[in-house]
Amino acid sequence: MQEKNRGLALFTLLVFLFLLGPLLIISVTSFEGGNILKFPPEELSLRWYENIFNVEMFLVAFKTSILVSLGGNLLALLLGVPAAYALSRFDFKGKSVINAFFVSPILIPGIVLGFAFLRYIVGTYQLPIYAALFVGHTVIMLPFIIRVISSSLTNFDFSIEEAAESLGASKLGTFFTVVLPNIKSGILAAVMIAFLESFNNVDISVYMTGPGVSTFPIQMLTYVENYFDPTISAISVLLMFITAFFMFIVERLMGLTYFTKR
Amino acid sequence: MALFTLQDISVAYNKQNILKDFNLEIEKGKLVSLLGPSGCGKTTTLRLIAGFLQANEGKFLFKEKDYTKVPVNKRNFGFVFQNYALFPHLSIFDNIAFGLRLRKNSKSEIEKKVMNVLEIVNLKGFEKRYPQELSGGQKQRVAIARALVIEPDILLFDEPLSNLDANLRVNMRVEIRRIQQELGITTVYVSHDQEECFSISDQVAIMNKGIIEQLSDPATIYKYPQTKFVADFIGFKNFIEFDKRTDHEDKIELNKSGYSFVLHKDAQMTNASGKIGAIRPDDLLIREKEDMGAVLENSLSGRVKVSTYLGRSYQYVVETPIGDFTVNKEMTESYRTGQEIILEIPRNQMVLVD
Repeated sequence: MQEKNRGLALFTLLVFLFLLGPLLIISVTSFEGGNILKFPPEELSLRWYENIFNVEMFLVAFKTSILVSLGGNLLALLLGVPAAYALSRFDFKGKSVINAFFVSPILIPGIVLGFAFLRYIVGTYQLPIYAALFVGHTVIMLPFIIRVISSSLTNFDFSIEEAAESLGASKLGTFFTVVLPNIKSGILAAVMIAFLESFNNVDISVYMTGPGVSTFPIQMLTYVENYFDPTISAISVLLMFITAFFMFIVERLMGLTYFTKR
Repeated sequence: MALFTLQDISVAYNKQNILKDFNLEIEKGKLVSLLGPSGCGKTTTLRLIAGFLQANEGKFLFKEKDYTKVPVNKRNFGFVFQNYALFPHLSIFDNIAFGLRLRKNSKSEIEKKVMNVLEIVNLKGFEKRYPQELSGGQKQRVAIARALVIEPDILLFDEPLSNLDANLRVNMRVEIRRIQQELGITTVYVSHDQEECFSISDQVAIMNKGIIEQLSDPATIYKYPQTKFVADFIGFKNFIEFDKRTDHEDKIELNKSGYSFVLHKDAQMTNASGKIGAIRPDDLLIREKEDMGAVLENSLSGRVKVSTYLGRSYQYVVETPIGDFTVNKEMTESYRTGQEIILEIPRNQMVLVD
């Protein structure tokens, strides 16, 4: 038994190393003092972190990404909350089909979805780049919004809606005073997960971005094609931290919902 | 005069009738129970009164006004749910104040009314807690307080005690009755628990397959069920389908396969045509074959088929020429299985039902 456990521990350690090793190496290289990305670094410095803020195209792309992710998020929420509510609350014909439809953007390869968008949103409908980005990102966020909010609605006791109505609340009032406050943390978690999904997205954005407009990850790609300095490592480290921070909050939020539900 | 009336109500779901030409009148200040097995339509009736459900046909009259299409939130009826349905994100105070805030009560009014109702349900000092910190019984008290505080015209209970343990159930039903009588509030109470309904109701409606089989005060139903279903539901385990019924001035003569029985004619026993005799296991008498003495009237010879021990008494299944009977008898020693005995149906213990 003891032997077996030790073997398992070693295996787990190797898996962890395999998964985290590259991230570790990137993190270390981000502190390189020289001009060329290499491992191990020759001298230590924070100058490449500083450099991120000196490269204007990063700042512009960062703003674009934030704008697209937040705006698309809002749009996806407006569509996703009612959809998740209806899918959890009511039984109707074709419910599973609609459910599958809403999840389909996760199942279709991003590169295919992106091409479809290119063909129709950019091609047929001739939407401007910003609008196309909004629409595309809304679509990739929607499944996450719907899934996460649906899961926070599965334990939802809909009889409290009836209770609110019997006490005099209208249907809409009930939704805002009773339903929303009880799925608050689910919504927040959904927003964060969707934000990360959109902010880190490459395969859809790559079709939508055009001259002058670029999202942050696309800008990173472009940068790597032209330069090979450790700036990219520094950015990667920052992105990792942002993502980890969001996921940490999501963890806490969903944990809290379990705690309050019983 | 009736406070509210359900008139020729029909409710169908998936083309299946749940209620069909259903009629019910309830008087002001009364507690009326709807009692019946699951699927009998009792909860449907309650949800219809509340307005959660719309009837396909028929009218709902409240104070002689047509309320059929009035939405739930405009009815001012209190509803107490089986699973309490408290708002988990609100404190007990805010849970109870919910309805008052919608009614635009002033802050001081809300405070006063909430405290007052908390006292009625014996939960003073709980206002700052949250629903998940309360026990089942306390939650249900909050639910009752929340429904009461809006001063509803009707209070509706949907199996409010079925999630509580047995002891608490008894306490809570006494509480519910006390509050209902103190405030004189018209109440409709749905349950499948016979004892619960009988103990607190002014009137009980026994429902079966979407119709009311009998609506009466509990004592009358207990003693004089009108139909076989009601009799069976309230514990008349033995039924004899007689071939012939002859009414005399002070007695009724009944015949079954050549055996004849006599019943006292009881003024309260209103069923004038029923030919099914119903009798409780406790009311049948068993005698040893040896000491049969002079009494032969209303008696059958039988044989003990099964004997089971119930704690306070023994229960026997007795085989007779006109069918099997279930009999309870208190005694220290049991009859043996297979023993020949005499079974007597007392003159005044059998009722006739449809």
